[in-house]
Parts: sequence; C-alpha cells; structure tokens
Amino acid sequence: MKYADIVHRCFRCGYCKFTSDYSDFNCPAYRKFRFETYSPGGRMWLIRGWLNGELKNSARFQEILFSCATCANCVEHCVFTFSEDLVNIFIAAREELVAEGLIPPPVRDYLKNIHVNGNPYKTPAADRGKWAGDTPVEPYRDQDYLFYVGCVGSYDERAVKISRAVGTLLVKAGLSIGILGEKETCDGNEVRALGESGLFEHLAAQNIRSFRDLGVKKVITLDPHAFNAFKNDYPGLGGEFEVYHYTQVLAPLIQAGKVPLKECNIKATYHDPCYLGRHNGEYLAPRSILEAISGLELLEMERSGENAFCCGGGGGNFFTDILGGGKESPARLRVREALDTGADIIAVACLQCAKMLEDAVKSEELEDRLKVMDVAEIVSACLL
Amino acid sequence: MTDIAQSLAGIVGEAYVSNHPEEAYFYARDPGLMPPHAPDYVVVPESVEEIQEIVRLANREKIPVVPMGAGLALTGLVIPLKGGIVIDMKRMNRILKVNEGGRHAIVEGGTSQGLLKAYLEKHHPRLRHSIPDSPATATIAANVMIHGQGRLTQQYGFNSDMISGLEVVLATGEVCPIGSCAISSDWFSKGAPLPDLTGLFLGWFGATGIITKIGVKLYPKKRMRDVEIFITDREDLVPEMVYELTHTEMVEDINIFAQPKPMIFKDNHHITLFFTGDTDEELEFKRKMIWHALDRFIKSKDGGFMGVPPVMKPTLLDMPQRSVSRFADVKKGGGFEYSGPIIMVDKYPACAHKILELAEKYDLGYSGMARIIGRSHAMMFGFAFTFNRADPEMMERTRQALHEVSLFALEAGGVFWKATVDEQKMAVEKMDPATLGLMNMIRIQMDPNGIMNPGNWEVTEV
Amino acid sequence: MYALKFDENVCRTCPTGDCLVKCQYLHLDKETAVAEMVKIGQGEDSFVLNDCVTCYACEEYCRRGNHPFYLITERRQEKGLLTAPRAITRQWINIGEPQGKYRLGEVKERVLSFGFMPEFLGWINGRLFEDVMPSYIFGQEFFCNVVYIHFADTTVIKERLPRVVDNFRNLGVKEVIFLHDECYGAFSHLAPAYGIDVPFRSIHYYEYLYNRLKELKDLIQPLNIRAAYQRPCSSRLSADQHHFVADIMELIGVDLVEREYKDENALCCGGIFNMCFGYDLAHDVQKRNIDDMATHGAQYCIFNCPACQNALGTLVAKQGIKPIHMIHLCRKAIGEMQESEETL
Repeated sequence: MKYADIVHRCFRCGYCKFTSDYSDFNCPAYRKFRFETYSPGGRMWLIRGWLNGELKNSARFQEILFSCATCANCVEHCVFTFSEDLVNIFIAAREELVAEGLIPPPVRDYLKNIHVNGNPYKTPAADRGKWAGDTPVEPYRDQDYLFYVGCVGSYDERAVKISRAVGTLLVKAGLSIGILGEKETCDGNEVRALGESGLFEHLAAQNIRSFRDLGVKKVITLDPHAFNAFKNDYPGLGGEFEVYHYTQVLAPLIQAGKVPLKECNIKATYHDPCYLGRHNGEYLAPRSILEAISGLELLEMERSGENAFCCGGGGGNFFTDILGGGKESPARLRVREALDTGADIIAVACLQCAKMLEDAVKSEELEDRLKVMDVAEIVSACLL
Repeated sequence: MTDIAQSLAGIVGEAYVSNHPEEAYFYARDPGLMPPHAPDYVVVPESVEEIQEIVRLANREKIPVVPMGAGLALTGLVIPLKGGIVIDMKRMNRILKVNEGGRHAIVEGGTSQGLLKAYLEKHHPRLRHSIPDSPATATIAANVMIHGQGRLTQQYGFNSDMISGLEVVLATGEVCPIGSCAISSDWFSKGAPLPDLTGLFLGWFGATGIITKIGVKLYPKKRMRDVEIFITDREDLVPEMVYELTHTEMVEDINIFAQPKPMIFKDNHHITLFFTGDTDEELEFKRKMIWHALDRFIKSKDGGFMGVPPVMKPTLLDMPQRSVSRFADVKKGGGFEYSGPIIMVDKYPACAHKILELAEKYDLGYSGMARIIGRSHAMMFGFAFTFNRADPEMMERTRQALHEVSLFALEAGGVFWKATVDEQKMAVEKMDPATLGLMNMIRIQMDPNGIMNPGNWEVTEV
Repeated sequence: MYALKFDENVCRTCPTGDCLVKCQYLHLDKETAVAEMVKIGQGEDSFVLNDCVTCYACEEYCRRGNHPFYLITERRQEKGLLTAPRAITRQWINIGEPQGKYRLGEVKERVLSFGFMPEFLGWINGRLFEDVMPSYIFGQEFFCNVVYIHFADTTVIKERLPRVVDNFRNLGVKEVIFLHDECYGAFSHLAPAYGIDVPFRSIHYYEYLYNRLKELKDLIQPLNIRAAYQRPCSSRLSADQHHFVADIMELIGVDLVEREYKDENALCCGGIFNMCFGYDLAHDVQKRNIDDMATHGAQYCIFNCPACQNALGTLVAKQGIKPIHMIHLCRKAIGEMQESEETL
C-alpha cells in the first residue's frame, strides 16, 4: 500500500479530531459514530493492524474506511509532519480494498455506474446538457472559458437549479463561457476519493484529451470537487489548465460592478465546502460575493473557514450515504449549528453541500426557518 | 450479537455498542508500550443513567468494566487487562455549569481539557483551569483520576487538588456525590469540612468507581502571558534556582527540560518560566522579579536567560503544548513513553544523570522534562524516550530503559505517577503494610466482585 | 592558527584614546583609556576586560585600525574571562554547528547570503532582489560565526571561518551580497585582520539596496516618515558602510530623527546584554534608547539586524513606534509592502 511507511507514525493524540480551538470534535465520521476507530487516528491504527495481518477486511472495516468524508480537517489539525498525507493514506487504503474487490455495496454501485455511464445517475450522456435548455449558456466552441458542470450539476434535480443560476449569472456578467454538454464526462474526484485510481486516471485522460481537442485553456467549475481534481490532480496527468471555481470568477465581476445588485435584507451564514476551503484555501471569494450584497448580514457559524464542519457528503459519501442518517449525521449537526447563528439562509458554494444540507433541514423539520441557497442563487435573487 | 451485547445495546443503543474486531483491536491498546489486551465490548454511553445500568449489568454478570477518557496515560491504565467492557466516556462531554463568582465549573466525566478551555475562553474570559500538556482531547476526569498536573500546578498543586466535587458511579451502580455537593446544591469543596472522600477514587484508576461529573476549580485568567527560559549547564544548581524562583511567588508554571535535539537545546537545562499579568506593568514587574531572583547565578556565569526567539514563543505559550505530542515522531517512529515519578526537587541532578545514562545505554532519543509541583514541594520528572513503532527491538529497549527508571525512581525516594501494572506491584511491595492493608480493605469494600478496572491496584496479596 | 594583527605601539602613541573614551558603558578619560589598552596589549590584567559589555563600538571609535575590540576579546579568552554564562555561550556554539541542513538557491557567481537568519528566506523577494534571486545561500555552513566575539571565544571563529570560506569557494561564487553586517564585517574586515584569505568580493546589502533603489527610482514613492535607526553592534565591524543608511533614507524620503543615540553614539539593542548580564543593564539601555526615539518624534524604528528587531521590536511597538526592517522599508518605498506586512 502507498504510504505504508507512514501509518505506524500516528501517536493517536487526537488533535486531528478537533477544531483549532478545541471547541468541538470536527471529524464528521467520529462525530457521528463516536468510536475512536472512526477518527483519523483510529483509521491509522486499524490500517496498520490490517497491513500487519492482525485485522481482516470486514464490513465494519470498510464502513470505517469509507465513512471518511476526506474533509481534511485532520490534515489541518494533525500536529505531525505527515499531516498533509492523512487523507491520501485513507484513500490509499481504499484503493487496496477496491483492488481486492471487497468494498461496501453502495461504493461498488457508484463506481460501476461511473464506469458504465460516465455518471452515477444511470442517465444517458445525451441528457447531460439539458439543464442549460432555456438559459443563455451555449455549447463550448472557442469561448474564453469552459464552464464545467459535472455529474451532480447536470443531473440532480436540486443541483440543476444551481447550474442554471451560475451559468446565467456568468453570461449576464459578460463572461464568454461554453459547456461541453453531452461531451462532458465525470471529473473523477469522488472516484479517486473512493479508491478507484485506475478509473479516475481513465476519466481524467478522457477529459484532458477532450479539453485539449477543443483548445480549452481556462476552466470554470461549478463544483469545488471538480475544481479540486482539475487543479490538483490533472496537472500530474498532463492536464495543465487555468482552473477557477465559479465564485473566484464571480467575485471580481461583482466588485467591478458587472453584476448590478439591489438591496436584499437577508441574514445568511456561509458553509465552507471542504474542497473549496481546506483543500484549496479559498475562503474569501464566496464571502466577498455575499458581503457585496447590500442589506445582507453575514453571520459566521461557530466552526468556519479552516475549522468548518463538513456536511458529510465528501469523499463519496454524498453518493454512498455511509455517513448519513440519524440525528447525529454531520449534515443535521451542521444545520443545527447554522440555526444557532440566527441566519435564515445557509449559503453554500457546492452542489453536494446544498443537497446534503437541504435534506438535513427537512429532517430537522426546519423548512420554515432555514433555506439552503447557493451563493449564485442568492445573487440571482438580488439582481437589480 | 451476544446476550451481553444485546443488553448493552438495550442500554446505550445499538449504534454505541461494539463487539467488532476493529474496536477490540483499537481499545486493546494505548499509545504506550504496554502489551495489548482486547475488551469484549466497547460502549459509548451518553448519560449517568446509562453508566449505572452498564455497571449493574457488569456486576450481575461479573464482567470487568474499564472507564476510558482519551486513553492517553501511555501506561496502559485503560487497557482492559481482563477483558470486559470498555466505557468510552467522551460522549458525555457537556459543560453543565460555570459559576463565575465562585470560580468553578461542573462538567461531565468525558469532557476534554480542550473543550473546557475553549468554553471558558468564549464565555468566561477571566477564568481558566489548570490545563495539562497532554493532548487537548485528554479528559478532565481521567487527568484528575491519575493525579495529573497542569499549568497551575506550581501554584496550587496537583490537578486533583484543584477540584470542587465529584459525582461517581459506584461498583453497585449507585450514584454518589462527593464533597459539598453531597449536602448542598453548590459545588465549592471536594471535602472539607466534611471527611474528604475523594481519596476513595482519585489515584485509583477507576478501580473504585467511575467519575461521571466533576467540579473543576477555576482561577483568575490574566490578560497577558509570557515566557522566559533560564538555561544552565549546572544541573546540581537547578534545585537552588527553582527554590529562588518559587520564592518570588510570581511564576505561573515552572517546567524544566533537557534534551539533545534540536541543537539549540543541546548540553543545557532549560528552566521554562511562564508568568502572567493584566497590564504591561504587572507583567514587567513579575519579569523583573523573576530575573533578579537568579542574579547570583548570572553573575557567577552558572546560568543566564536565553533570548527566546519570537517564533518559539507561540509553541511555548500554546496550551496544551502541541509540541509535546510531536516528540513522538521526532525520529519518524510515532512513539514515545515516559515514566514520570513524583519526586523531591533536590533529586533533579540525579534524575538528569540517570536519563542521560539510560539514553546512552539503550541508544534512545530522550527528553528529560520536569514540572515543579507546588512551591518546590515536589516535581514530576518525566524520563521520556522516543521510539519507532515499526521497530520491535527498539520498543523493547525502551521498555527496558523505562523499567530501569522505575527501579531508580523507587530507590531515589520517588513515587510512581500513573503507575503501570508492574510499577503498581513494585509500589505495593515497598508500601507500608498498614497502608497496604487499608487500601485492600477499601478496594474489597467498594468493589466486592472485582469488576472495576481489575488488574489495577490489586493488593490482595497482603 | 590564525592570529590577530595587532600593533601595541599604535595604542601607546594614540593621541585620543577614543576606543575607550567614547565607550558608552565604561566612561574613561584619555589617560586611563590609553593606559588600559596598552596594558591589555601587553597581556596584563585590566578592569576593561571584566567590564566591557561587547558592544563592538571601539572597533569603529579606533581610527587607527588597531582592532581594540578583537584584542579585548583575544585577551579575555586567554585569561578565561567569560562574558556570558557558560550555558549561553554553549547554546550559541551549538546553534552555529553545521549540520548539513543548508539551503541553496540557484547559485550563480553573484549570490545573496542569508547567513543563518531564517527570516530572510521569507523576506527576500520582489523587485529589489529580482536581478540576483534565486541565487542565494542559507545555513550554518555559510554562517560567519563572528557572533562568538560577544562571548570572548575566537577559537570557534578561527576554526569555523576558514571552513565557511572554503564552502563559498567550492560554490565558485565571485561576489557575495551579505544581508547581515556581521557576515559582511567578517569577510571584509575580520578575516583580513586575522590573515584569512577571502576568495570573493563582499558587498554589504545596503550598498546593493542603494544601487537597486537608484535603478528603480521611478517606482519610489517618498515615504515622508520620521524614523529612528537602530544601529546594530555588528555595524561597528564595517563602519565604512554606515553612510548608506543616510543615503538610502534620502532616496526613499525618510527623515532620520536627530537623536542622541545616533550613528557613532548608537546604543545596543540589549539582546546580548540580557543574555550576558541580566535584567538591569539591558533594560536601562533599552529604555534610554526607546525614550530617545520617542522624544525625537520617530514614527518608525528601522532595523538592520533581525536579532535587534527580535530584542527591541515589541518594546518600540509598545511606545507606538512601528518596528520595520530596512528591507521591508525599501520594499514599502517601491510600493511592495502592505501595511499589515510591515512588522513581519
């Protein structure tokens, strides 16, 4: 296994579980399951036991490994020099399990669907660009930017609304963008996180080839997950593009007055997506967009920025739902935390967070008190 | 699921009971060097009532029960030596009350040091507790149970001296308030003026009961805090230096360390002095008093205050000091363990020699780290060795070195802190028979079925 | 072993005794000053050997090039008169011990020397340095070791300095721009005083900054601030470079306040005094120094040596005077520093 020379170095001191001020446990899997085994340190020790032959691959072992949301809280807070590799180590262990073929059924199904359909929804590729139907977003020809939407943004009913909001906004702001439509395929970020490195490389190669063939130089992603893959993983596979998350492009346009806004009296709290925040250090762009809306009061949750608590959807859990369910599910905990701020809206900048938190709002029966809206949806609602 | 597992699930809910090999593997171990022993069950209860039920079940079935905080003692105190049920307390981490004027907090038995610190910083910025340098996830109750020490130990003694009451689940499953809270609704005293019953639990490692609530004394938190380091190459003068420093009554905490790496620390003993103030004047006055206390040593060239680089200060002022945990991986091996006898301060030179001798003999990376307890009343001298978890031979050398520390400490008049099972046996052998008899009597009375963390403080040989 | 080139007759015939008359810590008249230096030269005991606080200033005060401070240091060492507690000296010797952890940029014939000051790894960027960077060296292997004259220990210097010179030689560098006075002083003045051959040209970074600023003069926005300059002890080893302070200030529009402890009269930052002599001397000197800056209306305190900035930075800030390193000040003048970065 990759990183096998590191796993014994975990002291299991537990800093990885916390926020930086220790005000709460911040590892979503540990917060839900509450056994040490589900914490980053627990995983490290179990992986070692498994590599040493002291433990076998079991359903429980799989649940422990695949419940990691790859949120990188542990990377942020581990005190050791190998902290940067923690999530990579868990992914490497998943790779071993995938190679053995002994993985949780929802993981297996997800990977199979991507393999067969290029998306996890078992929906034809031809439907991929349908969301753009009556929007001003056009197919990619030679525009300045490729607007990469991804599987969730293309097919998920809730996410499609966000795709439309973002696409429309970018065009209205005068940006030259185009989409791939049916030629688009999965970015592979979750495939990689779930340990199917071969399939990931295949998807990446496919995307890189198709981007190159079309002469794409600059990419705007709707989803922080795709942003992460393009920015951090594709270059190593030969895919060097200028990559932006849409908030990074929208923020300066708004600052420059390209998107005229009216006053909107809103109390919002912003939930940092892990793949935009901790994985890629972008905390300011979405906030600056919200702060540009006159009348909008931005209320921070107890845990925000580097200490944001994951919605529980990362690392493939959005699709596999290993972390979901019950009052202690990360999404429901997060929604209760958002409620404590007094905000009416949870602002998100990630499709998976949007869906996870919206479902949690329903489970918590808070629909009349809290609404989940993407940053772009809020901006759209506040257009002059 | 077995019958016991099902019964436990009936108490805490199925999600919070495990008899899976994964939990058995993890909870069989702590980060130290003690051999593993697997529990049969691990439970994560949420309430006192659940703990009562678990203990009653255990008593009925004669199954061992081992309460666990973060499991960071390193000496195997939460390794279930005879199997049974490990109770992971960390789900019970509510801060129930903070009495600002009476300077105490009441917290649940699984509350971490870090959580209380964060809570006080946010809601009671003029209060603090004596936070140890174990990782922030260490629980307050477990630290008190092992007579831990913390930032305020030089001023107020062991952390267990700084409590204002306990709530304990006895081996029978009864809940027993200890201290003023047994009579009053206020948790202001752990004993006095009543008979102090906390002694029936503290230092017993859970062998007499499980702490479910704890009153924690809080102390004034000054707005500013700073650190100075006095260095000397004369370990024989360290006790005198500490005497002068404690005489000032100006120091928050005194830690002394000596270690070969990094190079800036090689060859010297570092007396690290923390002090606090509400104003610049107060802080500077204390600094001046502290410096002047050591003038004669500066004049004789036997020691001096090093320039603490600004980049080093946050590491030193960090509470808890995360750098302590980092010691585990200085050699990329992920392990360290220390034996930390409580011993008179005049034994510092002997301890300093011993750790050097053992590090050389067993070829180990080391750090000698002492914390002064009270006004030079005693110290904890940590003989810390770092080891590589992937190197069994090195781990064995570390065990041997630590065993030699135990022999040395006992010989030098020290008392083991958070003693391993082996050290407990050594202590018992040396203990006055009358004391041993009393301990035995207490243990048998309080835990007739021997279900409470069995294997620890078993003194029945008398 | 390398030996100091010292001429006793130069002291004997000295008309002023400036080395000790001007000393800010000993306060001697001319006759005593000359007599004591002659005694020191002859290897006799002198109270000066006990009382010197190692501010290096006599190296500058002596206009006859006879290296009074190096001599005092030699004699102290011969007589075993420690300036600092043993532990402090030991600590500093350990810190400077080469450990193979040096860092090299893309070294060319012209190279920046960060010495052994890690601050420079983060500070040296932007247009001022673009025509040299990333040609730099950092680490104990390139550390001049001159600091040990504070501790009256020239043995370490004599042992290590030739090896350091070899390390430079092995890199094939022809011109080294030193970012610290002590290093510059070591290779341009101390090494020759001890007969050590230096195979490259030493450039003080002030000269470099001055020339770069002239090249970039279109970018300079005069800062229009009043500032005090904290002159480091090591600047006394290369007093010929000190004029660049005023030259640079003129270029970037900084008014150096006319204060008592300026130029030749500069006071030590107190860092070494703390370590060697305890609280009182250091705090007296620091207080007088900072009060002097404040009284004369300094808005900024400009540092040359990062160690001085460590010792004095927080204290001046408490008086409402902004601490800033010369490099940051120059970058600020060409619009590269944000307000929030200034006190880095």
